[in-house]
Amino acid sequence: MSQKFDIQQLAELVRLNLKPDERAKLSRDLEKILAYVEQLQTLETDQVQPTSHVLQIENVFRKDIVKPSKVRESVLKYAPKRSNQFFKVPKVIEET
Amino acid sequence: MNTQYESVIGLEVHVQLKTKSKIFCACSAAFGCEANENTCPVCLGLPGSLPVLNEKVLELAIKVGLALNCRISERIKFDRKNYFYPDLPKAYQISQYDMPVASKGFLVVEIKGDGGVLTEKRIGITRAHLEEDAGKLLHEGIKDGSWVDYNRAGVPLLEIVSEPDLRTPEEAFQYLVSLKAILQYLEVSDCNMEEGSLRCDANVSIRSIGETKLGTKVEIKNMNSFRAVQKALAYEVKRQTKAVESGEKIIQETRLWNESKSETFSMRSKEQAHDYRYFPEPDLVPFSVASEKIETIKKSLPELPKARWDRFKTRYGLSDYDAYVLTSDKILGDYFEACIQEKADPKLTSNWIQSELLALLNAGKIAIGDSPVKAKDLAGLIRLIGNNTVSGKIAKEILPMMFETRKSAETIVKEKGLVQVTDLKVLEEAADRVIRANAKSVSDLKAGKKQALGFLVGQVMKETKGKANPKLINEILTQKLPIQ
Repeated sequence: MSQKFDIQQLAELVRLNLKPDERAKLSRDLEKILAYVEQLQTLETDQVQPTSHVLQIENVFRKDIVKPSKVRESVLKYAPKRSNQFFKVPKVIEET
Repeated sequence: MNTQYESVIGLEVHVQLKTKSKIFCACSAAFGCEANENTCPVCLGLPGSLPVLNEKVLELAIKVGLALNCRISERIKFDRKNYFYPDLPKAYQISQYDMPVASKGFLVVEIKGDGGVLTEKRIGITRAHLEEDAGKLLHEGIKDGSWVDYNRAGVPLLEIVSEPDLRTPEEAFQYLVSLKAILQYLEVSDCNMEEGSLRCDANVSIRSIGETKLGTKVEIKNMNSFRAVQKALAYEVKRQTKAVESGEKIIQETRLWNESKSETFSMRSKEQAHDYRYFPEPDLVPFSVASEKIETIKKSLPELPKARWDRFKTRYGLSDYDAYVLTSDKILGDYFEACIQEKADPKLTSNWIQSELLALLNAGKIAIGDSPVKAKDLAGLIRLIGNNTVSGKIAKEILPMMFETRKSAETIVKEKGLVQVTDLKVLEEAADRVIRANAKSVSDLKAGKKQALGFLVGQVMKETKGKANPKLINEILTQKLPIQ
């Protein structure tokens, strides 16, 4: 059991249903990843701009123009469940 | 124990920016379309699709940031806010975490005191950031699931977060009024709470007066009007005060406002344990905003409510309060100025809008923009008062008729024969009749009781069915009945 993270909670957050042996394996992997990050954190980065993107591209815009995609029917056709023009999902409202 | 408490309030306002298309795709951002009509692979989160920022969205956000005296970031990036909920098909919302468009601004709010005296209060703006709206879930009357309409998913929103500088529910209300006014003047949003283009969540805690540390805050959601925000806050402050006084601890939680019961209730859902795991959105490149661009937008800003308020006072000679009321709603201010354009007297117009017109509109729950009496027509009525064609009293009867029939004041006056009587002979005859019938008041007036004059003027008005010119009656009566 790691001190740094709760594998079960992480699995719930990303909606993964892990078997016990998967949990153990992923925990070991995550431990290794975190150890590597720890190593990175020893580096002097005060003068370095954080890298959010690796490509040197910026300011990619589109004009404010409407272009109907007309994909509704083809998407709804493959939806697990639909009701007329709506997507249908399991009841999500929580009882209060 | 008699501790005095104060409330500490901060507001989060989501405003839908007025664009034709969505924030990251070319789908229409229009309200009221057929379910899922405005969807595409990008806003449905289909694999292989890529978002691209609508340039108009950033421009509008910068406009708002500047009008709220914010610092505009030179570098902007978007982040993923991860959560599983069917209102967003991607399982994350594209938002901004640590590099918002605007930050560290303020808004000057007018707080109304006794007798309509306005005092200024500066409310800090923490930040304003861009994000995409979520889809709409329908539950009602559906037994075996929920329906989802993604038309709203991807509609551009600007979230404006205030500092916890508000101290009363009334201040929160005034903040919202001032903020909405600015957004309307900027023409960046429809600001329609019913259609969801303006939404507000509130954070509130209480503490003893003199305490500088913040208490445990509660977030309240689900208010559908500014008054509801005020009521929900008032309820919450009372609830928290009662809890603290009876020794309970306030729990940090999200509560929902129930309008029909006028109370807040705890959501008690797993949503409390949110862990959004923000990280930079890899599908969108970063943005840099050139200072020249900011300058250009700054120069293009229209006249804002505060400037218009000052102008109304100096140009039209209106009182501080009247000018404030007329400019706190852009459409109301536009209506007023349209009347002035039609050569109506400014002070008369201000009075007529604020008393008669707004009373009729409020009674019929009609917005000023939908008034059946247009500015041109109200100006017509006010001109008739100004040139003594009708008395103010008759004008008050004409306005509801204009409302009803949508005819001009001139037409109604002609049709009903409501022209003010200025014929001296007719007025003198009426005055004589009144003098004969009211001996007591006549002798009172002659004895120096000036109040009797008002009564006699009223009697002459009655005699002429309100059509007499009160100034002329006054002169006639004073002449006929000199004080001895």
